[in-house]
Amino acid sequence: MTEIYLDNHSNTKLDERVLNEMLPYLKENYGNAQSMHSIGAKSKDALDIARKQVADLIGSKENEIYFTSCASEANNLAIKGAAEAYKQKNPKGNIIVSGIEHFSVLYSAKRLEQAGFTVTYLPVDKYGTVSPEDVKNAIKPDTILVSIQHANPEIGTIQDIEVISKIVHEKEILFHTDAVCTAGTVPVDVNKLGVDLLTLSGTQFYGPKGAAALYIKKGIRVIPQIDGGIQENGRRAGTENIPAIVGMGKAAEIAKNEMAQNYNKLISLRDKLISQLPKNIEYSYLNGHPAGRLPNNVNFSIEFIEGEGMLLFLDQKGIYVTSGSACTSKALKMSHVLAATKMDTAVAQGSVLMTLSKYITAENIDFILKEFPPIVKRLRDMSPLYAFFQKTGKRQEAGPGTDYEHEHEEE
Amino acid sequence: MAFYSEKVMDHFQNPRNVGEIPNADGKGEIGNPVCGDMMTFYIKVKDNKLEDVKFKTFGCGAAIAVSSMVSEMAKGKTLDEAMLITNASVAQELGGLPPNKMHCSNLGADALHKAIEDYKKKQAAK
Repeated sequence: MTEIYLDNHSNTKLDERVLNEMLPYLKENYGNAQSMHSIGAKSKDALDIARKQVADLIGSKENEIYFTSCASEANNLAIKGAAEAYKQKNPKGNIIVSGIEHFSVLYSAKRLEQAGFTVTYLPVDKYGTVSPEDVKNAIKPDTILVSIQHANPEIGTIQDIEVISKIVHEKEILFHTDAVCTAGTVPVDVNKLGVDLLTLSGTQFYGPKGAAALYIKKGIRVIPQIDGGIQENGRRAGTENIPAIVGMGKAAEIAKNEMAQNYNKLISLRDKLISQLPKNIEYSYLNGHPAGRLPNNVNFSIEFIEGEGMLLFLDQKGIYVTSGSACTSKALKMSHVLAATKMDTAVAQGSVLMTLSKYITAENIDFILKEFPPIVKRLRDMSPLYAFFQKTGKRQEAGPGTDYEHEHEEE
Repeated sequence: MAFYSEKVMDHFQNPRNVGEIPNADGKGEIGNPVCGDMMTFYIKVKDNKLEDVKFKTFGCGAAIAVSSMVSEMAKGKTLDEAMLITNASVAQELGGLPPNKMHCSNLGADALHKAIEDYKKKQAAK
């Protein structure tokens, strides 16, 4: 069975060239980069090269790249580390984030709220776009940090970071962007974007798990969140994960060199899927921005059915997708991103997220377009909501017989 | 290990007794599309026994498998026997459900009981 992996915002498949680059550091070059001897020096050299490769991908200087274990850690370091460095006396200051940030940003903000900061959560429109005007209006005299993601991993909407960072900087406030979905996939230049802090992850551009990075503009203060060592210029203690960092570096180099060709290919595959799917499946709606979206993101809501059922049937055809439905999440909560776009909750249960990679072919897309509609039909034939719609032409409201109180456990 | 047991996957992929019964003797609906799971059960009663049970379900794999299993367990049983089917016994018959699916998706027995209550109410009104 041909496997069609469409969950590339969760993780990408390692590039063979990246693996080959990593192997010596899993075998003979096992030294600690901080050691003085020759074996350690090999790791130190590799670390320097990777730092340069990652810096080149986003147009920064090498000494502005700080490696972390994952993007969640980088986001924690950015939000908590900057807040701690720039905090004021009572109250400690205000932080602005969008409501559709990754949980590592939202929960870092929540933690700061508990510690005496105030947090403003910005709304988005139905496409998931943050209005620069809203950012401007939200800024308070004591705002110390604004964090708005570059693009959303679920609905693919890209924010106008250049405009937003200008607004924020006019008030001399720090600006962070979570560029996990964009760096390595679309051109990302820290100077053009005008950011002080930027998160990126190698797992998004065919690098290994275990390495991500935070760009910290020279002169910006960030308090370490892991204490105890001189690594990463004292900002992130802990033995460097050299094999993963080497992999991320190589992956960054490849991503930069091959970005244009991958970008065009992804756009054409994405647009085929986006234009053809609604023709093959009635009552399906594109989520996220129709134009300003990631080249590899396709997200549809398929009405009258629920996401997990589709996911399981697609899985059997070797098509691996994900969903924002409550049933698919371990916490049984609907995606906070879809909720923020104010999508009808019943429709959101039928969301299917397909994220493409450079390995996807035109034949794969044809296969999806062929296999998906019968699955939808099968589930709709079982659906009381679809039966109701067919009989009455109306959407069923939550009404009689829907009085069961779910006791959803808190996360 | 896969997320669901083999038995759950079997009932999800080949659900038994999907459909509606026209002029059903009883109908029971439970859940809410907003929560992600909704089940409608239809029953046909003859000589105090469940001659036919059918369902339609909007929901995850577990919800569909649970509905299918309930319909199979209930068919041919007396009304009193069918009232003894519990959500827990359905989950057990399916070889277990993931912990986070025990709550919302495991409502099949409740929906069946509602259909039986609906039938009894209609009988009493006659």
